[in-house]
Amino acid sequence: MTADADVNTSPALAPDGLVMGKDGLAALVDVLIRHGFTVVGPTVRDGVIVLAELRSADELPYGWGVELEAGRYRLRERTDGAAFAHAAGPQSWKPFLHPPRVRQWSADRTEDGLVLTADQPAPPRCAFLGVRPCDLRAIAVQDRVLTGGAYRDPGYEGRRSGALLIVVECTEPGATCFCVSMDTGPAAGPGYDLVMTEVVDEYGHRFWIRSGSPEGSAILAELPTRPADPETREAARAGVADAADRMGRTMPEADLRELMAGTLDAPRWDDVAGRCLTCGNCTMVCPTCFCTTTEDVTDLTGDHAERWQLWDSCFDLDFSQLHGGPVRASSRGRYRQWMTHKLGTWYDQFGSSGCVGCGRCIVWCPVGIDITEEAAALHDWTHSRAPDEGSGPP
Amino acid sequence: MATEPAPPSPDLRPTLAVWKFASCDGCQLTLLDCEDELLGLADRVRIDHFLEMTSAEGGADGQRGRLEGRGPYDLSLVEGSITTTDDAERIRHVRRVSRYVVTIGACATAGGIQALCDFADIEEFLAAVYARPEYISTLETSTPISAHVPVDFELRGCPIDRRQLLEVITAYLAGRKPRIPSHSVCFECKRRGTTCITVAHGTPCLGPVTHAGCGAICPAYGRGCYGCFGPSNQPNLRSMVAQLHHDGMSERDIQRVFRTFNATSPEHAPVPELAAEECHSSRTGTEIRPERPA
Repeated sequence: MTADADVNTSPALAPDGLVMGKDGLAALVDVLIRHGFTVVGPTVRDGVIVLAELRSADELPYGWGVELEAGRYRLRERTDGAAFAHAAGPQSWKPFLHPPRVRQWSADRTEDGLVLTADQPAPPRCAFLGVRPCDLRAIAVQDRVLTGGAYRDPGYEGRRSGALLIVVECTEPGATCFCVSMDTGPAAGPGYDLVMTEVVDEYGHRFWIRSGSPEGSAILAELPTRPADPETREAARAGVADAADRMGRTMPEADLRELMAGTLDAPRWDDVAGRCLTCGNCTMVCPTCFCTTTEDVTDLTGDHAERWQLWDSCFDLDFSQLHGGPVRASSRGRYRQWMTHKLGTWYDQFGSSGCVGCGRCIVWCPVGIDITEEAAALHDWTHSRAPDEGSGPP
Repeated sequence: MATEPAPPSPDLRPTLAVWKFASCDGCQLTLLDCEDELLGLADRVRIDHFLEMTSAEGGADGQRGRLEGRGPYDLSLVEGSITTTDDAERIRHVRRVSRYVVTIGACATAGGIQALCDFADIEEFLAAVYARPEYISTLETSTPISAHVPVDFELRGCPIDRRQLLEVITAYLAGRKPRIPSHSVCFECKRRGTTCITVAHGTPCLGPVTHAGCGAICPAYGRGCYGCFGPSNQPNLRSMVAQLHHDGMSERDIQRVFRTFNATSPEHAPVPELAAEECHSSRTGTEIRPERPA
């Protein structure tokens, strides 16, 4: 529930965790609502699994999986009735923590002069049900960006500090997933309030559930659970370990930060620029891309003005517009900026990679540009050059 | 002693004129559709010339002189394209009597759907459509306003979006730059939370190369964007054409989908060649994007 990464100290209560039957999900949603949370979780809508407010556990996508490829997403029916056996959908949790449009303040010209009103609505406390480990890491990355430095976003801070994170470990990666390469999954890292692992086998449909915070423990205490049996624990661990072996994509075995810095002149950037539509979809679906722009809006009278913050993208020509023109006028320059920032200079700026391996940028690129394929091509290029051609990274 | 009645205070409101050229009137109607804001607008500007709004020729007071719109006007909104020699002359008059000229809609900004005549023989059209073609006096092309006079701002859309129109008018009243982004429609889909219909359902969509501004209406109803706002900045049409083919469109379909309200936008000029190339290359298996699996 806090932005700190180390709250995941296991409470003394039930160190081996507990087991909850499928019916426990209904109780979980009810308990969360009773505690005043707005529950947000996966549900089927418009032919995809979106994240939306849940009124009951019945809305979870039981029996739905997904088939992912570059530029392609399709729902697929499953026979096991699992609720969380699906990889990343079109949204991350970003729209809930860092919404696409936020009014920051408004101003009115009155008889008493200019009156400024800051928008600081108390955000609803959200319980995020079904956070994947890659997305848990993505939230930690955004925490560092939006609350970790000198420029803190109070709106984000408010929404984030009120959020309860219920992680479900990944047992069903998609063909575009590469969290193992980015070391972000499929097992949950620190930072959750509760973590569950879904098991469906001949012994039934159940969840191995552990707490990661006092608030998580308080919720857990109200759920219908029993002590974890070794068989369930083992099946859960095996499911996660098996997922790690079934990643659809991998990043090249290289220091990606060095790879980015050493390939700025690679011809591959021209190749990808030939395919890139600069439509901005990759940045909008990325769970860590955080850029915003501000817009000042005035009404016809000129007596009322508002300042809005809205998602921006480095793929927009106007993003780098200065006097005299845009800094990155070519699509080559804009794609390169996005990818080298995500995999390389993010370390310089925020001390980690900006990529968590969720694969959304691959799936939701209309023309199927694949960041792992681009990284591999850049990696091949560095190796294909004879040593006397020189000009490697300094 | 009776006090002298105060002289009427001079009307210092900026003046607005709305002009129609070859068009369907839909963009002018968008201004009249601003029902909640129209009275506020009338407080802030003096609407001096707007034939669509006035009941009789020459305006409500019947002054003949106002039909031509002598001006001067602070802001002229121009709808429609130039298709006759008379209109080519009239738009120069509009420019002369206007401080700012803002075109509204695809016709005024890009030539409109009527610019399809540019790709055909105008004499054949006249013979096919009119019983007495000799009564018709028309140019061979339909051209945007900017082909005739300098334009201060071009507002896109068929029709324009009322919020964007109010933004442009408000910006000119406040003396600031209108906040009209030129990026893709995809930004608007993502910001409003619409799932991409191309990725999720294989629906062909021009959103990635189309200028934002409509609020991404069509994809929100499961329909592919058909580009009524015209090209976004630096559209990658080669990649877009490959993708449309990949999503099942034929060479003819691709050519036609770009031949609508913004058919003569210069950015769209390479489409026929790109479509032929793409659809031919797919038969030899060298395309950028392979066919989707069934």
